[in-house]
Amino acid sequence: MTTHIQKLSRRSFLVSSGAAGIAVTFGTLDNILPAEAAADFTANAWVSIGPDGIATIMSPAVEMGQGTLTALPACLAEDLNADWAKVHSQTAPDNEKLYGNPKFHGHMVTVASKAVDGYFEVMRLAGAQARKILVANAARILKVPESELTTEMSTVVHKKSGRKLGYGDIAKQAKMPDPMPKATKADLKPVSQFRYIGKDLARVDIPLKVNGSAKYGLDTQLPGMVYASVLHAPVQGEKAAKIDDKAAKAVKGVMSVHSLPNGVAVVGKTLEATMKGKAALKVTWTKSAKARKWSNDTLAAKYTKIAGDWSHKSVDMLKNGDADGAIGKAKKVLAADFVNDHVAHCAMEPLNATSLVKDGNVHLWTSNQSVIDMELAGSIAAGTKPNMVKVERPFLGGGFGRRTDWDAAFEATLLAKQMPGTPVKVVWSRQDDVMRDMYRPFAGQRIEVGLDENNNVVGWRHRIVAASYLARGIPPLFKALKGKDPVSAGNGDFRYAVPAQRVDYVRAQDGFQVGAWRGISAGYTKFAIESMVDELADTKGVDPLELRISLLKGHPRAIAVLKAVAEMANWKQKRPDGRAIGLGYSDALETHTAAVAEVSLDSKTGQIKVHHLWAAVDPGIAVQPKNVMAQMEGAMLFGLGAALKEQIHLKDGVPQESNFDGYHVNRMADVPPIEVKVISTNNRPTGIGEAGVPVVAPAIANAVARLTGGKRLRQLPMTPKRVKQALRGA
Amino acid sequence: MAISFTINGKPTHVDAEPDTPLLWVVRDHLQLTGTKFGCGAGLCGACTVHLDGKAVRSCQTPVSHAVGKKVTTIEGLSADGMSHPLQKAWVEEQVPQCGYCQSGQIMQAAELLATNKKPTRDEIVAHMNGNICRCGTYTRIIEAIQKAAGA
Repeated sequence: MTTHIQKLSRRSFLVSSGAAGIAVTFGTLDNILPAEAAADFTANAWVSIGPDGIATIMSPAVEMGQGTLTALPACLAEDLNADWAKVHSQTAPDNEKLYGNPKFHGHMVTVASKAVDGYFEVMRLAGAQARKILVANAARILKVPESELTTEMSTVVHKKSGRKLGYGDIAKQAKMPDPMPKATKADLKPVSQFRYIGKDLARVDIPLKVNGSAKYGLDTQLPGMVYASVLHAPVQGEKAAKIDDKAAKAVKGVMSVHSLPNGVAVVGKTLEATMKGKAALKVTWTKSAKARKWSNDTLAAKYTKIAGDWSHKSVDMLKNGDADGAIGKAKKVLAADFVNDHVAHCAMEPLNATSLVKDGNVHLWTSNQSVIDMELAGSIAAGTKPNMVKVERPFLGGGFGRRTDWDAAFEATLLAKQMPGTPVKVVWSRQDDVMRDMYRPFAGQRIEVGLDENNNVVGWRHRIVAASYLARGIPPLFKALKGKDPVSAGNGDFRYAVPAQRVDYVRAQDGFQVGAWRGISAGYTKFAIESMVDELADTKGVDPLELRISLLKGHPRAIAVLKAVAEMANWKQKRPDGRAIGLGYSDALETHTAAVAEVSLDSKTGQIKVHHLWAAVDPGIAVQPKNVMAQMEGAMLFGLGAALKEQIHLKDGVPQESNFDGYHVNRMADVPPIEVKVISTNNRPTGIGEAGVPVVAPAIANAVARLTGGKRLRQLPMTPKRVKQALRGA
Repeated sequence: MAISFTINGKPTHVDAEPDTPLLWVVRDHLQLTGTKFGCGAGLCGACTVHLDGKAVRSCQTPVSHAVGKKVTTIEGLSADGMSHPLQKAWVEEQVPQCGYCQSGQIMQAAELLATNKKPTRDEIVAHMNGNICRCGTYTRIIEAIQKAAGA
């Protein structure tokens, strides 16, 4: 295997000693970075080539099932002209200067479906530059001009003489070219020559995932490691008022009990001892949290009231023209209120973290989506600086946004600080994971659409009321955005042509900490928007597909996915009695996605059954089309769960669901046939991990409305109870 | 106390309380971390192992139940970790996404194929419905099981 560079210098090209191989860093960042990102980004990815010709490619995002460990190295291998059989993909270490995502202020965060989006060009330019370096070396070795050399499959070829040099052979004798070759967009392969991008490579992580050898954070085993289980306060923001730990301490194997900011930790020699100890704790909680006041119904009533009160103080997310004025003067106004409950992540790997504090350094092993967040957690807990925190990046047993948060790492480090030199592994139970989740925000929304005498739109306004993710998660950014929160209140913007539009946000502050959840706000804002577009079609008496196509004039990619999904689902075809189809479109993540759902409804029980889902998606260049399909299938199932049954019930602020018996995620029997068409277009690749989520709920709701004579479902999830309420109502 | 059983064909002895879930014995005492912790309540199937050939939820199985028995985990499903028909089919169909639940899925499916060489789709769903995959790879799991059954 290749030897990696020990010391990386940003502006150097290193040749390692002996025959171990060359390693490349790219010192010409200013030239090769996309202009929009240059200001924030300080380094890019790199590759090392061993004497055996194996190219070890650093993959800067974490692998959580989205296929990034294959897709990103494939982009570099493409322009390196490497033989994929000689590529070794490796998750890059926690070095934000080298591996930060230009789309995320140079941070190593794997969120918002932005890995391929952010790194695509960086990886390709890195590959192109490495290829140039190899060619320069080959020219020197073969004593021929570089212009006579070409590359193919990890080999430099001199056609004139018929000589060939493998990348490994070059690596053995490589020297730093002077001057350093620079790579620009002109050096990148044309699409027609792609060997890996847009083709389907077997995912490199899959063989490890069929025999138990893939390592996740929870699989961390360290010499001398101790375990901890934490009894958490039932409501966020509360702490232990009184702790009786006598019985807990009497459990064999329990070493100590510690009070934490929002819970009580039991540390022991084995995990089972700490779990028994946790069960034996008797704790009285402060019961002082703001969230104690609320249940789902009272939150829904409050947010609906605020959403409908246009005089309420708000922050404009978007303002084009005078929507308020236009709606005020409109002949007719379509208005609707939407509500969605909290939903939980339920990644299959419960939250966990292992921390070691020694000599002022912190070492963290935890499945995570954000190096910077783990650095902050470790440094704050240990009272040190973020750069003293080393963050490992194992596989994630599901991320879905939850693993941007730092709570488990914080707890583990607080405990580890109290026992320097001993690694402490905190393991959350499923109950902790569900009840202490950072849920997708509970939101209330109102949309008003002003119409003229011909039912043409004159103005559109959309109010979103929800707790702020940014205010909690990234306060400086929230401040810089002056109270806008594109995470909790994003995706109210759209490509539909309306003469005036306003989207505004009211930050709710009722004591609930909310998190990033696959697709985040698009999961509810697109539900509201797409429901209203169908209501508009009904009002105008036109086909919802035709209406969308007419409102999306000038957006051929949007129209293409709509037409494609309509064809897949035989949109014009009459359905059997009791069944109907509905449509949803989303431009979230700058990816064009359209879905059709075929549903039936049991009006006695209120149960919706989804018989079939179709989707068409244009993510620009589909780097790995079959993987795009897999991501779409998974994301659509996420959307299906949130559309029909995922729901956290709050009673006096306490989540009532705690495991898979109460919190219902999709099981195999729940899954309808799903067909996905990937339309790869020669556009910048955009997000795919979440694109399938937002289209499902509106497609279902719009289909159901065709079965109920226009009675609409405007609450997520669309539970049997709510369906029956809607059927009874006007 | 000392507890003896066979794990992946090898006799083993562990020092654990008899009521310790087999899951922690496998994962933490024996460091076979391919078996996963998902819910601790027998609701998700991530911890599925074979006890004398039968699929059990190791989080609900006290280690005392394994005394004198044969425990097989994902690491012991095939000698080389890749040649069981289900493992091959899982790779061919590119089933896993995050992969965390897949050890349990494969062990659950292996029990099915051991007793039913050609399961129908409905039989597959009925047998697999206790295993949750949050990434939503269910359709591919069904296809892979059918492929393995046809192999």
